[in-house]
Amino acid sequence: MSVTNIITPDLIHASVDFGLKVLIIIIKIAVVLAVGLLHVAYATYFERKVIGHMQVRLGPMRVGPHGLLQPIADGVKLFFKEDVIPAQADKVAFFLAPVIFMAASMVNLSVIPFTSGFVIANVNIGLLFIFAIAGMGVYGIFISGWASNSKYAFIGGLRSAAQVISYEIAMGLSLVGVMILSGSLNLTDIVKAQQASIFGVYAIPQIVAFVVFTIAAVAETNRTPFDLPEAESELVAGYFTEYSGFRFALFFLGEYIAMFIMASLATVCFLGGWTMPWYILKVLPFLKIVPGIVWFLVKVYAFIFFYYWIRATVPRYRYDQLMGIGWKILIPIALANIVVTALIKLLL
Amino acid sequence: MIQKEAEKIFETRELNVNMGPQHPATHGVLRLVLDIDGETIVKVTPHVGYLHRGIEKLGESLSYFQALPLTDRMDYVSAMSNNIGYCVAVEKLFGIEVPERAKYIRTIVGEMSRIANHLLWLATHALDIGAMTVFLYCFREREWILDLYEMICGARLTVTYPRVGGVRNDVPQEFLDSLWKFTEEFPSRVLEYETLIDQNRIWLERTKGIGVISAEEAVNWGMTGPTLRGSGVPYDIRKHMPYDAYDKVEFDVPIGTEGDTYDRYRCRMLEFRQSNNIIRQCIEKLPPGPIMADAPKFMLQPKDKMMPITHPTEALAYVIEEKVCKGCGMCLRACPAAAIFGEKKKPHTIKQEMCLRCGNCFVTCKFKALKVVPGGKAMTEEQLKELASAPVPEEITKAAEYMVRHFEFVKKGPKVPEGEIYVATEVPKGELGFYFVSDGSGKPYRMRVRAPSFIHAGCIPRLAVGHLVADVIAVIGTIDIVLGECDR
Repeated sequence: MSVTNIITPDLIHASVDFGLKVLIIIIKIAVVLAVGLLHVAYATYFERKVIGHMQVRLGPMRVGPHGLLQPIADGVKLFFKEDVIPAQADKVAFFLAPVIFMAASMVNLSVIPFTSGFVIANVNIGLLFIFAIAGMGVYGIFISGWASNSKYAFIGGLRSAAQVISYEIAMGLSLVGVMILSGSLNLTDIVKAQQASIFGVYAIPQIVAFVVFTIAAVAETNRTPFDLPEAESELVAGYFTEYSGFRFALFFLGEYIAMFIMASLATVCFLGGWTMPWYILKVLPFLKIVPGIVWFLVKVYAFIFFYYWIRATVPRYRYDQLMGIGWKILIPIALANIVVTALIKLLL
Repeated sequence: MIQKEAEKIFETRELNVNMGPQHPATHGVLRLVLDIDGETIVKVTPHVGYLHRGIEKLGESLSYFQALPLTDRMDYVSAMSNNIGYCVAVEKLFGIEVPERAKYIRTIVGEMSRIANHLLWLATHALDIGAMTVFLYCFREREWILDLYEMICGARLTVTYPRVGGVRNDVPQEFLDSLWKFTEEFPSRVLEYETLIDQNRIWLERTKGIGVISAEEAVNWGMTGPTLRGSGVPYDIRKHMPYDAYDKVEFDVPIGTEGDTYDRYRCRMLEFRQSNNIIRQCIEKLPPGPIMADAPKFMLQPKDKMMPITHPTEALAYVIEEKVCKGCGMCLRACPAAAIFGEKKKPHTIKQEMCLRCGNCFVTCKFKALKVVPGGKAMTEEQLKELASAPVPEEITKAAEYMVRHFEFVKKGPKVPEGEIYVATEVPKGELGFYFVSDGSGKPYRMRVRAPSFIHAGCIPRLAVGHLVADVIAVIGTIDIVLGECDR
C-alpha cells in the first residue's frame, strides 16, 4: 500500500476537524486564563474597596482614578521584588510548592461552564475532577510549609493540610445531594437539570447542603473566619511566611483563583449557573435578553462579595474549634442531607 | 513496642517557637519563647527588656520637673495618665495642694486617656483574634480623642500636659464643647463595637474560659486594674485612694465573675461608659479658678512674677565694686561670654558691650563685689562706675534677687523634704506607682516605677500554659500590656 492510500479524504477531513477543535480549545484557554488572571488582579481591588468601605475608609485611592491601577502597581512591585530564598530551605521543594498550588487552582478553570457551551473541557466527571485537583492544592501548601524550614510556615502548613482535607469531605458530601437530584457529575448537565427542575435553583431544595457548602468553601480557601493557616496574629503569614516576590504572588494568585472556583462551583451547583429560574423569567420576561455569562458573573461576584463581607465582620476560629465544626457539625449534617435527599428522590 | 524502641533511638522534645520580639501580635517588642506540643502550650518564657531606656535611672539625674516628659515615653498609649500619676506622686512628696480647676481638668484628660487606651486595646485585641473591622472603628474614635488632645496641648501622643502642681494651660471653651459632643456620641459607638463582637459566637468561643485566673490567685500575682477586676476583685485606686477629682464624681467599678478573657473584655467595655460619665460630670462641675498651685517654694513661678522689670537685659547692668573685689577670678571663669577682664588679685572689670546680663558672676561672687545697677548699654563706663559705689535702688535689688532665685530654681530644683514616698494612681492598665526616695535635693535619690505592664507580662505563662497557640494571642491581648512601660 502506498502512502497516498492511507491519507484518505476522510482522514484529512478528520484531522482538520481535530485541528480546529484544538484551536478552539486553545483560544478558550487563552480567554479564560487572561480573564482569570485579570479577575484576580481586580478581585483584590474589589476586596480592598469593599472591605475599605465597610471599615469606614476608602481603600486604594492613589494609583489611577479611584485607585483603579493599584492591582497593576502591586503586580509590578511583586514582579520586581527580590526573590529571597532562606539559606536552610529545601530548594527544589521550595521552588515547586507555589507552582503546584497555582497550577492546582488554575486547572479547575477548565471544567467550569461559564455559559451555555463555553467550557474548555466538558468532561463527564467535572465535579469529581474539581475535588481531585483541589485536593492537589494541599500539596503546594504542605510542601511550602515544610520546605521553608521555618516553624511558623511549618505549623501553618500542617494546619492547612488538616483543615483542607477535613473540609473537603464536608464539601464533597454536601454536593452529593446535588448529584442525586441532577443525576450527573457533568457541571453543564447539572445546570441544565436545575433549569428544568421546579425550583429553578438547587439552593432551595438543597438549602442545608448549600449552607454546608458555603461554610466549607470558606474554609477550603483559607479565608476568615477559617484563615488559620495564615493567621497573621499567630503565625505571621502561615505557610508562605518565607516567600517573597513572585513566588508569593503565585500563592496569592492561586488563592484568589481558588476563591473564584469555589464561587463558580456554588453558582453552578446551587444557584443555577448561567440560567435564571423560570419563575423569575415569567414575572420579568425582559430579562431573557441578558446573556448567560452576565448571570454567571453576577452570581459569582455576589458569592465573592459574601466572602469579603464575612472577612470584614467576624473574628477567627481557633484550630481545635475549626476541626470540631468540620467533623462534628458539618459532616453529620451533610450526611443527613444525603440520606433525606435520597429518600425523597426514591419516594417521588 | 515499636514506639518504645523508637523513643530509645530518637529524642523527642517540644517544638520551640520564638514569638517576638518582631511579631505582629506581641504588642511591641515582647518576646515569648513557646514550647509547644502539637498546638498545646507546654511552657511560656517571656523575655522583656528590648525597650529598656533606663527611665528610672534617668530620673535620678533630672529635677522633679524635668523627669516629667520621660513618663510620656513609658506607656505611650496613655501618656496622659502616666503624667498624672507622676505629678500626683511628686505633689504628695512636696506636700502641695492642686487647685480645684486643675484637679477637674486632670480628671477629664485622665479619663480621656483611659478611653483612648481601651480603644487601642480593643482594636488590637480584636484584630489579634481576627475581627478586623473593630480595629478601624476603634481607631476612628481614638483619632477623635487625639485631636482633642491636640486642641489643649498641641501634642497627640506624648502630651506632657499635666504639670507638677496643676496643668500646663487652661482648657479652651471650644475644647470643652467638642469633648461634650464626643461624650454624647461615644456611647453609641461603643454599642457599635459590641454589635460586631459582643455576642458573636466566634468571639465568645475564643474568649470564654481562656486565661482563667481566680480572684485570690490574681491578687497574689499582683494583677491590678481591669485585669484584676475581671476576676471579681473590686479594687480601684480611684475609689479606694482617690486623687484628683475622683472623690467628687459618681462612678461604678465594673467587675467580672469568671476571671477569663471575656470577663476582662466586658470590664473594659463597661469602663468605657464609666469614663464617659466621669468626663461629663467633670465638664458640668468644672469650677473656675487658677490652674497651678500657689506654692512659690516648689513651683516655678511665671517669669513676670519673678521679674517685675519687662526687659531686664536692657535695663540692668552688672558692675564690679572695685573696693570689694578681691580679684579671685571666680566670676571670670563663670562668665559665659568672657566679658570680665582683670589680673589675679586685682579688681576685675566687666566689658558692658560683651555682657549678656546672665547673672552668673553675680551668683558666683563670694564677696558680694558684684552689683546690679539700673541702666543698660546707654550708660557710659564712668556713669556705671559711679553707680557701682552708690547705694542701689530697692526694686533693682529685688529684681536681681528674683532672677537669681529663678536661675537657682531651674538649675538645682526646689528644696524637697527628705524621706520616701509611694503614690499609686489608677492608669488604664492597672496600678501605676511612683516610689521616690528624696535626699532633700532637687532631684530624686531614687525613682522607681511600679509598672502594671511589667507585672502583667509576668502572668502570661500562668494564663497561657495548657491552652493552644492561638490563645496566647488572646492572653497577650487580655492583659493589655505596653512594652514601653514594661521595660521602661
